[in-house]
Amino acid sequence: MAETKRARPLSPHIQIYRPQLTSTTSILTRITGNGLIIGTMLVVWWLLAAALSPEAFETADWVLTSWFGDLVLTLSVWALWYHYLAGLRHLYWDTGNGLEIETAEKLGWACIIGSVVLTILTIIVI
Amino acid sequence: MRYITARKRAEGMGAAHHGTDRHWYMMVSAVGLAVLIPVFIYIFGTAVGQGRDAVLEIFSHPFNAILSGLVLFFGMRHFAEGSTVMIEDYWQGVTRRLLVICAQSFAYGLCAIGLFALAKIAL
Repeated sequence: MAETKRARPLSPHIQIYRPQLTSTTSILTRITGNGLIIGTMLVVWWLLAAALSPEAFETADWVLTSWFGDLVLTLSVWALWYHYLAGLRHLYWDTGNGLEIETAEKLGWACIIGSVVLTILTIIVI
Repeated sequence: MRYITARKRAEGMGAAHHGTDRHWYMMVSAVGLAVLIPVFIYIFGTAVGQGRDAVLEIFSHPFNAILSGLVLFFGMRHFAEGSTVMIEDYWQGVTRRLLVICAQSFAYGLCAIGLFALAKIAL
């Protein structure tokens, strides 16, 4: 195993890296992507409860529509849209385009502003 | 002077010690989810807040059931592979392996529970 032969440095070095828009938006992609597991757990529990019994659904639905559920779902919608836009940005980068600092920063702002706009739109539509 | 190809020298030197197959899987599932997610947000958004009967009716519709199943399955695969990438960036050795096993098992477990619920509602 290559791993046992030599220890490679881990990435990225958050401690010595100066925060910039590009790094912040990149880290946010990771946080939103992994954080979405919380909303997913809540939704899966709600679906399972609906499938099982009226009593189970009542409990799950109460949590989901409480202020706590509202908070988690609203944050999840924002996280979903942010991760969505940031993912599209990665797909674009993978074509070898948009990697100049100026363009990357513009795309970063597009992710931040776009995710907020899409979240508000989602709340209005639903 | 070592007679070794450039490829051989580079192999296993990345943070994850292997190739780009995981990255490629993330790209494929990302494109799939990019199509599915907006539709799922709409379906879930119309269902949430309604009574149990309405929720059951919405998710027993074949289109909604199949789409939700796809979102859950590929969403959880995307999560499992994505969180594995993250774990490989920050941890090494036994900790890395244990965390990867946890993340993968959790994703499969949650996916199984959700698919069971969707099947029970739809069939």
